[in-house]
Amino acid sequence: MKRIITVTVINQSGVLNRVTGLLMKRQFNIESITVGHTEQPQISKMTFVVNVEDEQKLEQLLKQLQKQVDVLKVNDITEKSIVVRELALVKVVAPPAVRSEINSIVEPFRAATIDTGKNVVTFQVTGNPEKIDAFIDLLKPYGIKDLTRTGVTAFVRETQKVHTPQLSIL
Amino acid sequence: MKMTVEETAQMYEEPATTEAPKQLDGADVLIETLKKHQVEIVFGYPGGAVLPIYDALHKNPIRHILARHEQGAIHAAEGYARVSGKVGVVIATSGPGATNVVTGIADAMMDSIPLVVFTGQVATTVIGTDAFQEADIIGITQPITKHNYQVKDVADLPRIVNEAFHIASTGRPGPVVVDIPKNMATSIFVTSEDATDEVNLPGYQPTTTPNFLQIQKAAQAISTAKQPLILAGAGVLFAKASDLLEEFAEKYQIPVTNTLLGLGSIEGDHPLFLGMAGMHGTYTANMAIQTCDLLINVGARFDDRLTGNLNYFAPNAKVIHIDIDPAEIGKNVPTEIPIVADAKEALQALLGQNAPNGNTAAWLESLKVNQAEYPLHYQASEERGLLPQQVVELIHEYTNGDAVVTTDVGQHQMWAAQYYKFNSPHNWVTSGGLGTMGFGFPAAIGAQLAKPDAKVVSIVGDAGFQMTLQELSLLQEMRIPVKVIILNNQALGMVRQWQETFHGERYSQSLIPVQPDFVKLAAAYDLKGYKIETYEDAKVQLKEALASDEPVLIDCRVVQKESVFPMVAPGRGLHEMIGVKPE
Repeated sequence: MKRIITVTVINQSGVLNRVTGLLMKRQFNIESITVGHTEQPQISKMTFVVNVEDEQKLEQLLKQLQKQVDVLKVNDITEKSIVVRELALVKVVAPPAVRSEINSIVEPFRAATIDTGKNVVTFQVTGNPEKIDAFIDLLKPYGIKDLTRTGVTAFVRETQKVHTPQLSIL
Repeated sequence: MKMTVEETAQMYEEPATTEAPKQLDGADVLIETLKKHQVEIVFGYPGGAVLPIYDALHKNPIRHILARHEQGAIHAAEGYARVSGKVGVVIATSGPGATNVVTGIADAMMDSIPLVVFTGQVATTVIGTDAFQEADIIGITQPITKHNYQVKDVADLPRIVNEAFHIASTGRPGPVVVDIPKNMATSIFVTSEDATDEVNLPGYQPTTTPNFLQIQKAAQAISTAKQPLILAGAGVLFAKASDLLEEFAEKYQIPVTNTLLGLGSIEGDHPLFLGMAGMHGTYTANMAIQTCDLLINVGARFDDRLTGNLNYFAPNAKVIHIDIDPAEIGKNVPTEIPIVADAKEALQALLGQNAPNGNTAAWLESLKVNQAEYPLHYQASEERGLLPQQVVELIHEYTNGDAVVTTDVGQHQMWAAQYYKFNSPHNWVTSGGLGTMGFGFPAAIGAQLAKPDAKVVSIVGDAGFQMTLQELSLLQEMRIPVKVIILNNQALGMVRQWQETFHGERYSQSLIPVQPDFVKLAAAYDLKGYKIETYEDAKVQLKEALASDEPVLIDCRVVQKESVFPMVAPGRGLHEMIGVKPE
């Protein structure tokens, strides 16, 4: 099952390595990871998407992360009410003949045109990963020249609708 | 001019120095911090990158044990830590010095031994350029340390060392590496204004006090259980809770079994003790696990060598798991009552509950029957020759169960665990989790330094001993009266046993018929050495050797084709033991 996990860490060199190294050592597969510092410069937050087999493995993952000296807080936010965002840059073959057609496809996604060439256009699109998948699928027939995705970052909403089961025994 | 007495005296006094006191460099500060942590002994080996540290050490009273290989140094530090309960301290130089301690670090990580390992590093100005004797020891040791540090500013050095000792020795103990670039050791130390000796680690707050509700639940389960069993691991020893464990077991009349590393947490002859459990545990202990209705795990981690196939493990048991490391609870065995705590505090809390006793009389009776029917056994006869089990039993007899015993990994380790019954805790030093050959002998050196008055016996195999025998140099040099007893079967015994059982007796690379003359080897190191080939010889020589205050090496030529039994084959459940009864 796919889980979104946020980890608050002390921002010092090597900490990203520690966390990803731990995941590798314990045989967890990272699907995506984003890192950046928080409102406090000495503290960073990582958001990663991992695939775990079952609840027991998930509990292991959370506990092993928590054990790291540089890790302050670990949260599995998958089942909370959250905002999930990813950004993608997509360079599409768009000769003048089809450009307006492409623009009309892109419009509902509220993607921004950030670069234009003679025959190519680069779009920037943000949203949850499914929206980005859909965007890419729609543009594929025109020929995608280049594509880059940031991976997921996520945030817990202020008002929570659902309560997640407490997994940690602490 | 006439002078007063005072004036005369002043004239002869040394003039007040106008020079500022000598400025301390990083290496000096390191040694000062070690002294603050009451470090008496460090184990190490010098080299280019740690020259400044060794220079600072030179003028200091801290005792340095110069091993002949860094691996010897770190295993000695492990032995020292295991027996003394203190942090073992190691110094190795950069590059190969640091990589040579990697096995010991991994060993300490698996067996939760508190170590602080200082490694030299090339100067910060050249790190990352593949400089001479550079190795990325931080990267290398990240997955095998509890934590590691590289000093990047000399002002951080005392803080890092304080944190390293704190992390290594608290919670679940473990090894911490501190990598010190050479220019950090030589930089002049300037303390920062907010420097303090207090450790402030917001991400590291081990829980030691048990949750009250869980304790209540556990006490209730203990009162209602008919067939309860205690599985005591090394956590009991680290918490120094052996007395409490005994009190707890006696109060509720609950039988006790041990993990390999938990041996010594209860007296070997205690009427409630069932012997070790696991792959080569006693039949009674393993069957007790399989039939108990309540399994109380105190400070053990349900390692695979203990549990056998998890699908069959303790099928009827409700599980209480007391562990200071929350990540161990529920990792392998589903747990009904998790208690994250120090073993001592948890046992105190459980005893404080004063729960009524369950009736375990029938259960204890049935275990007694098993013990009588399925004892540990071996077949001795004069024609077969000297058996390794006999040697261990003699060692036990001649040391009255009071010796410190160290081992490597393999057959000799299992025989030592089965047949040496410890009277008191902290006398058993063995490589459990990592299973490191070459561990036992250097560990004995460290153990002897921790307990100078104890009899320290290193029971080793011929193969493992040859991995670290260079440390024989230390025995005469440092007056370390370790008794090295080689159970020499001219083979990698456990490998040979598995090849016999599981690989159609194809002894691929496991037989070593060409052996050095260990008696001559002992002589080369100015040690007494003996070779024993019969039981009669063993009785005489072992008695004499074990009574002596000198270091001794004894080469016991034992039967090669002897296997460790009983045994749970890999992939099998604990109830599927083989070799449980004499044929």
